[in-house]
Amino acid sequence: MKEIRLRIDGKEVAAPEGATVLEAAKTAGIRIPTLCHHDGLEPFGACRICIVEAEARGSSRLVVSCVYPVEENLAVRTRSPRIDRIRKTILDLLLAHAPDSPQVSGLAAEYGALRDRFEKEGSFCIHCGLCVRYCAEVKKKHAVGFIGRGIRKEICFIPEVASRECKGCKECFPLCPTSYLQAAYALAESLALPCVINRGHCCSHGAQSP
Amino acid sequence: MDIGRIDAIIDRHRSEASSLIQILLDIQAENRWIPGEAISRIGERLEVPAARIRHVATFYKAFSLVPRGRHEIHVCMGTACHVRGASRVLDASQDATGIRPGETDPGMKFSLETVNCLGCCALGPVVEIDGKIHGRMTAARAAETVKGLEGPRKTE
Repeated sequence: MKEIRLRIDGKEVAAPEGATVLEAAKTAGIRIPTLCHHDGLEPFGACRICIVEAEARGSSRLVVSCVYPVEENLAVRTRSPRIDRIRKTILDLLLAHAPDSPQVSGLAAEYGALRDRFEKEGSFCIHCGLCVRYCAEVKKKHAVGFIGRGIRKEICFIPEVASRECKGCKECFPLCPTSYLQAAYALAESLALPCVINRGHCCSHGAQSP
Repeated sequence: MDIGRIDAIIDRHRSEASSLIQILLDIQAENRWIPGEAISRIGERLEVPAARIRHVATFYKAFSLVPRGRHEIHVCMGTACHVRGASRVLDASQDATGIRPGETDPGMKFSLETVNCLGCCALGPVVEIDGKIHGRMTAARAAETVKGLEGPRKTE
């Protein structure tokens, strides 16, 4: 495979063709903050926190490093006043959802983001899609999905699938940066999964249970 | 909705996953809303996970996952209609139907919605009823038109 040579923060980096800027930076030991990235999943580009400045042929652009493929002679800057300002605003917005998430508040401290800049949102989901993508790509069960769009977008368990698959799995739980997933599951469990609650004397799904 | 009808619609699109939105649109057009059994049937036949169908069906405003009335009333609240008195037209429509925007009456007769522009601002205030555009609406005429749906005897 062809080697692509680029510069990240002034450091000469080589990466295979088709790799993303984020992957190239990782192999070079340069840290770019991420929230929606997971090594086992397809790049998603949801959280935008991995935004970097990419300069090619004299013009500089803002790109999301987790979905941007490496290019020959690309010059990438992972920190600059402009990048920091954008990351701070993204974190300001995320803090309106998940002020107590360790991952978000850790980054917030680093970038000086403000906890109270925006009015608090009722849902503490930050729409990273890790649970949805993990369930779809790794487990191939599709027990949890997105519904709605824009400000009304949220994650939602599909009761028919979740009642069969989730109880013994729950592998998506530790991926969630805010623990909203656990809350959504507890809600789905109590509202829509009677089998899980009436353990033992049930049901159509668990044929072997008495 | 009859499972045979759902199958017929899916067959018309040769059971391809790429036809998901067309199939949903056809079901929506025929049934006025997309019932749960349609989602599971489409999922089986197209091999598309139910989570994905729900995502698509909740993404577009054209689809409804809750039952809709026999008559769809869309009151335009766009800027041009607004300045020409759309809010009075909406009030009159609410009074005539007894429901608020986004709702369907228990008798399944009306569903009322507000829209942000129907694209014919010169006709404002505009109300779209069952796909037909009614321009230069007044509160009185809106109430009259809504009450006249399905003949005068059936209105309260």
